[in-house]
Amino acid sequence: MSRKPHVRKQYWNEAEMGLWERSYLPEILRGLFITGGVFLRNMAKWMTGRKGALTTYYPEETRWDYAAANRGKHVLTRRPDGSPQCIACNMCATVCPAKVIEIEAGFDPADTAHPKFPVRFEIDYSRCVFCGLCVEACPEDAIRMAKEVPDLPSDDRRTMWLAKEELLQWQPQGDVAKPYPPAPPGAGKADRS
Amino acid sequence: MIADLVIALVFIGYAISVLMGFGTILTWVERKQAAVMSDRIGANRAYIRIPGTKVKLVWWGLFHGMADGLKMLLKEDFKPRTYDWYAYAVAPWVVFTPVLLVFAVIPFGGALTPAKLWAPLAGFFGEKSWPMQIATLDAGILIVFAFSGLTIIGAMLAGWSSSNKFSLLGALRAGSQMISYELVLALTVLGLILIFGTVNLDTIVRMQSGTVLGFLPAWGIVYQPFAAILFLAAAIAENKRIPFDLPEAESELIAGYFTEYSAMKMGLFMFAEFIEIAIVGALFTTLFLGGYNLPFMTDAGFAFPGGGTVAMPHGAVVVTQLAVFLLKVFIVCSFQILIRWTLPRFRYDQVLTFAWKFMFPLALANLCVTAVAVWALRA
Repeated sequence: MSRKPHVRKQYWNEAEMGLWERSYLPEILRGLFITGGVFLRNMAKWMTGRKGALTTYYPEETRWDYAAANRGKHVLTRRPDGSPQCIACNMCATVCPAKVIEIEAGFDPADTAHPKFPVRFEIDYSRCVFCGLCVEACPEDAIRMAKEVPDLPSDDRRTMWLAKEELLQWQPQGDVAKPYPPAPPGAGKADRS
Repeated sequence: MIADLVIALVFIGYAISVLMGFGTILTWVERKQAAVMSDRIGANRAYIRIPGTKVKLVWWGLFHGMADGLKMLLKEDFKPRTYDWYAYAVAPWVVFTPVLLVFAVIPFGGALTPAKLWAPLAGFFGEKSWPMQIATLDAGILIVFAFSGLTIIGAMLAGWSSSNKFSLLGALRAGSQMISYELVLALTVLGLILIFGTVNLDTIVRMQSGTVLGFLPAWGIVYQPFAAILFLAAAIAENKRIPFDLPEAESELIAGYFTEYSAMKMGLFMFAEFIEIAIVGALFTTLFLGGYNLPFMTDAGFAFPGGGTVAMPHGAVVVTQLAVFLLKVFIVCSFQILIRWTLPRFRYDQVLTFAWKFMFPLALANLCVTAVAVWALRA
């Protein structure tokens, strides 16, 4: 058995190194000057009390430039009288791929239009994958995702469950489709038209 | 006799605390410097909470070193079922101990005369003065090479006894690489030995406190700029750091010869590596950067090339020398970290080619030129 000797493939953009590059030192020094320059520039910024990095200290600082379509923390919308829009149909909990939504339905005979309402509506943010399927599935436009993600990180997984009250009452900036806070009961119809 | 012992103990305590301090600080410096170099923030999450309050002390992430140490101490000490558990257990210490021992011959300050520091000390110490160095040995540099050579044994032992192919490959790479570069390291220093005519490190530092050509400080780097570069490159290779970190190349060998080590045994390897950065810094400072002296400074004070002299009290000289030594070592360490975060890794065949076909001839040429120059100047 004879083997063909290995011939290294020549690429069209093969780097050509002259004596200058081959002698290691000048090019290494050039690289060191680049990284050292970046270091000194950033260090000068830190020393003078400015920020020398692009990173955001996440939980303490949040970025201002979240995309408008970013899927962040959930919002439970409300009717003009302040009650949750949710009719506890469990569509979101069914479609949720991470199975993080828990809804306990209640019955309210006084409200004939929507007799079912959520007694409990909880989302486990330690498992939520922020896919937005709950928003897609909702027939009542009761759940939305704001672009911000305030205060989600936590050291304790038990505090990662956010309940109905929190999701109803946190007020994301810039959601203008529903008036926040909701208009008082009497003014409802007039406001929407 | 008792006074000698006390002084020796003080020096040993100082040296160990300096090395441990450097080992701990450098883990932080490495992370933070890398972060700043690449527009990041770096380690900043470990904190100490003042008990009873909500005040968290972050201190730019300085506590990450403590957190790391604690983690390594508390982790499970996983042991592979190996045929040679004794070698396996002893290897981290064989790596760690020589690294500390190297510092014994490095002078970290000039002469210390306790009687001149504080008059009442004269009753116990007399008028005697001690060089600030743990072991004042005439064989200085030779001891350094002897001990740093021992580290290879530890790496090889770790690789052989782990019964893991990655470890074995890492150990083989470590062995061949370290032996190759040790040769270059010794050859580069040989030129300096020719010039100074001694291997005693304290004498070498003292000879560097004068001037060359009337104005340049007589540092080794002025006599032997080329050897200084070769020395630093060979020392980094000896320390197995990027760009020469083939023995522990993560993408190829997981962690090389200490793949099978966990908890504090692995911590010892890492700690030894970080202390070795400081040792390389100390050696480079001693041999090429004038040791513990500022330019134009001697044990008596400053003697400027214009003829002006500034006499300093003994205490001020001692403090300045200690501080200057630490500062120089720190700068060299920082430069090594800069190199580590700038250059990509060599290929393995390139590492050995680089040693034998590039650096070895250059070191030899440097030695020849130095020998001829020294002979011509003496004649």
